[in-house]
Amino acid sequence: MSKQEWPLYEVFIRSKAGLSHRHAGSVHAADDQMALDNARDTYTRRSEGVSLWVVRSDRIVASDPAESAAFFEPAEDKIYRHPTFYDIPDGVENL
Amino acid sequence: MYTQGLDQAGKDKQLASEAEDRLSAFQARVDAEEKIEAKDWMPEAYRRTLVRQISQHAHSEIIGMQPEGNWLTRAPSLKRKAILLAKVQDEAGHGLYLYSAAETLGVSRDQMVADLLSGKAKYSSIFNYPTLSWADIGAIGWLVDGAAIMNQIPLCRCSYGPYARAMVRVCKEESFHQRQGFDIMHALCSGSDKQKAMAQDALDRWWWPSLMMFGPNDSESKHSAQSMAWKIKRFSNDELRQKFVDVTVQQADFLGLSIPDDDLQFDDTTGHYTFGEIDWQEFLDVIAGNGPCNRQRLEKRKQAHDDGAWVREAAQEYALKQAARTAA
Repeated sequence: MSKQEWPLYEVFIRSKAGLSHRHAGSVHAADDQMALDNARDTYTRRSEGVSLWVVRSDRIVASDPAESAAFFEPAEDKIYRHPTFYDIPDGVENL
Repeated sequence: MYTQGLDQAGKDKQLASEAEDRLSAFQARVDAEEKIEAKDWMPEAYRRTLVRQISQHAHSEIIGMQPEGNWLTRAPSLKRKAILLAKVQDEAGHGLYLYSAAETLGVSRDQMVADLLSGKAKYSSIFNYPTLSWADIGAIGWLVDGAAIMNQIPLCRCSYGPYARAMVRVCKEESFHQRQGFDIMHALCSGSDKQKAMAQDALDRWWWPSLMMFGPNDSESKHSAQSMAWKIKRFSNDELRQKFVDVTVQQADFLGLSIPDDDLQFDDTTGHYTFGEIDWQEFLDVIAGNGPCNRQRLEKRKQAHDDGAWVREAAQEYALKQAARTAA
């Protein structure tokens, strides 16, 4: 058993140019470079990616699911932000 | 004092009813096919069940490298060797996807590895059987990975998001494993009488252990009902086993091999094959640690872990030194 567990990194893959990076899973690694190498060997053995991001899991700041109702509440009552809120008079096209 | 006692009782009652509310809200989410994510509230028993199942699954992938790794240096051609190497590497990858999914539930990698090495955690019974000939590599891909796919495809819809996503990845790769196994069997069955006999011998030895992979009969399965209610499991052990038999018998017919079961026959009324009784004593013995290779598998795993300790420590020292140098 190693004295201390290697830190955990979250892995994000861009599957092809034009698409965003997407979370794939995580790997343990002693340092950043090893995290990239391990992520490549673990998550892109079949050319699933053209670009990889790895970030230490403990550096991610996340919203709290238990508070998500309150956290996202400000957007709840603003239905006028959606185009479907507006009535389009008959006879008006391409709006 | 007396009134304080009353207040406490009232509070306990309130806490209990809050816990009940949370439990039913959780079940409602599961029933609505919502995915549960890592940081969401979940019942402790749900978390425990998942940690047990996902870590067992991960351990199976890791131990599963051994029976096949046994033939890497003796594969009959460079092509077969390259394919087998890729497959064994995939098994390591599957283990890592799964450990990563289990870690989202708050259990550490070191703890899971320690539980495997101490014998506290289980892994699939199938990997305690020896690979005696090259045909066993074909039989494992065809039967063992075939059975694994039956089990794993429904897991892609498991209620726990990180597990379901890991399984999507695993299933995509598993299909290559099964086909390469069938391809080995097909090559042997199209070869000399001796080669065909080798394929039959492998089927004879791997058939029953493969059926055991689906676990005990439904009537004996202790975790099943709750796992179904939580939508961790979608089909029962017996349903999946039946599915596996139905598709595999036809494939054996194609290969010209015979399934080692005198009771096997097609039932016209149900449209399914009926098959003989599984030797459950053998299953229990293997689970209890007394299969043909249990001790060897764990010893090898322990040795690999111990032999790698200096590498893990050196990498860590190097990382610390680099970080200190950058900071200075």
